[in-house]
Amino acid sequence: MILQLKDIQLTREKNRILNGVSLDIAEGCFFVLMGPTGCGKTTLLRLAGLLERPDSGDILFNGSVVPRRGSELLKTRRRVATMFQSPVMFRGTVFSNIAWGLKIRRIPQSEMVNRVEQILELAGLSGFGERDASTLSGGEMRRTALARALVLEPDLLILDEPTTSLDPAFKRDLLTRIKEIHAETGTTFLMATHDFTDALAVGTRGAVMRGGLIEQTGSMDEILFKPENHFMASFTGMRNIFPAEFSGSEARVGELDVAHSGKGDKTGHGFLAIPPEAVVLSLSTRVTSERNRFTGTVSSIERHGTNWDVVVAVADLSLTVAITTGALDELSISSGSRIHISFKASAVRLF
Amino acid sequence: MIHLFEAFKIALGMIVTGDQVVFSIAFRTLLIASASTIAATLLFVPLGCMVHFSNFKGKRIAVGFIQTMYSVPTVFVGMLVFLMVSRSGPFGVMGLLFSPWAIILGEIVLIAPIITGLTISALRNTGKGLEDTATSLGAGRGTMILKVLAEAKYAMLTSVLMGFGRAVSEVGVAIMVGGNISGYTRTLSTAIALGVGKGETAFSIALGLILLSLAMVVSIAVNIMQHGYRGRK
Repeated sequence: MILQLKDIQLTREKNRILNGVSLDIAEGCFFVLMGPTGCGKTTLLRLAGLLERPDSGDILFNGSVVPRRGSELLKTRRRVATMFQSPVMFRGTVFSNIAWGLKIRRIPQSEMVNRVEQILELAGLSGFGERDASTLSGGEMRRTALARALVLEPDLLILDEPTTSLDPAFKRDLLTRIKEIHAETGTTFLMATHDFTDALAVGTRGAVMRGGLIEQTGSMDEILFKPENHFMASFTGMRNIFPAEFSGSEARVGELDVAHSGKGDKTGHGFLAIPPEAVVLSLSTRVTSERNRFTGTVSSIERHGTNWDVVVAVADLSLTVAITTGALDELSISSGSRIHISFKASAVRLF
Repeated sequence: MIHLFEAFKIALGMIVTGDQVVFSIAFRTLLIASASTIAATLLFVPLGCMVHFSNFKGKRIAVGFIQTMYSVPTVFVGMLVFLMVSRSGPFGVMGLLFSPWAIILGEIVLIAPIITGLTISALRNTGKGLEDTATSLGAGRGTMILKVLAEAKYAMLTSVLMGFGRAVSEVGVAIMVGGNISGYTRTLSTAIALGVGKGETAFSIALGLILLSLAMVVSIAVNIMQHGYRGRK
């Protein structure tokens, strides 16, 4: 593990910011720290970047505990670089900004020029070297900040919300660039974001935080498809989340019995989610292998991106079903229409 | 009106022909204000830096106090310095009263809060982000402080110029502890005050124009510095 945080606690001005956070980040991975604004992501990144010390707990870098002060701390800190959410440009050109970290490391001039030129190209900033850094656009400034950190060839590169307040086009461009750089350099990346789609675009592993605690950690697939609790399910964008009483391969959801293919040992109270994309609508009862078949009434139809959300009242539940424009035209349903719904037991997610 | 116009013409003549009395007063004023600004800069810019870069209990209160002292009345400072350097004061034995040294001392006291406070503001305005950026790029504490100072240099120079501007035009301290002695402690501001009282209108206008020019030069310099500072962002 390149970085390990063990039972980190931090209080600032009587507010508990981190409440016993433990995290392992493997070398070479792209680790994404997710969570709503104010959950402690930035503070955790500051600790990972060795810019702050926790009140208690240990930070291990490459298996060794990072000292709290002294030349050893500086030595370790020089193997980590951080790109902040609002990058600050030093007075001067893009080149001088990128070269600054090398200059204080006393890298010879010729090597410095070579490394800066290379990184300018890698960051998509060729020809920007002599530009006054204060004249850069938001996207260019982020790329300069990224290049300024990358040129140091850190073992761990930390990115704090790198795409915040960027236009969608710039955002896509920067994320693609970051992904390419990760693939090319093999550097370990630790990125914080509150945007789950950003995380999915670049991450290989991740953790979700809430209120100074880690809610779940794992591969991006595990986080996306196997939420461990209600918060995680909502955070990953799951809809149709209902409280349920589990018993064997069935769950009582309101007045409905829903079949699921979860483990038989799941009993008692919990939650289940029915992905809107997994539900099939039909005007008549179909012969199907799907074990969950109900009849309901359309409550509303709303556009959701390029698709449509059809909300169906089934017994005492409101179930959202995602369908395409073509399917909506074919069904020609409207509010009040009677409709049959079905979904597979294997589509039901339990937590 | 005619009298004022004539006085203005005579005043301009004095400046153009380089009237010895006018220019000796102007030169003395510059010398005293420069000496007090240099001394205050050497003492209080480092103090401002120390306050900014250190953490101590009551820091916020201390900075607030320094900032309230910007507008301390010059006569109050004059009185304080007078009590210090008068025969019965703690520095009485040094015989500073009614000397240029007393004015310099008074002006140092007067501009100390301005230079300290504006230095702190200049450093604070660079933002925590700058310190974090330098540190995250591998700077130790010393290198980080040097970087912040380099980035804040124009804003810090502004604080020095503001101090000079206050020193060059102040009148309370110079009269109270300098005594307005002709050829010795008479400065532009004290000479104007005296000249107006004695009805020496042309002489006072000539001095006033020089003082105004000095103030304008300082103001323009401050503007240029602030433009340079903002240009960074």
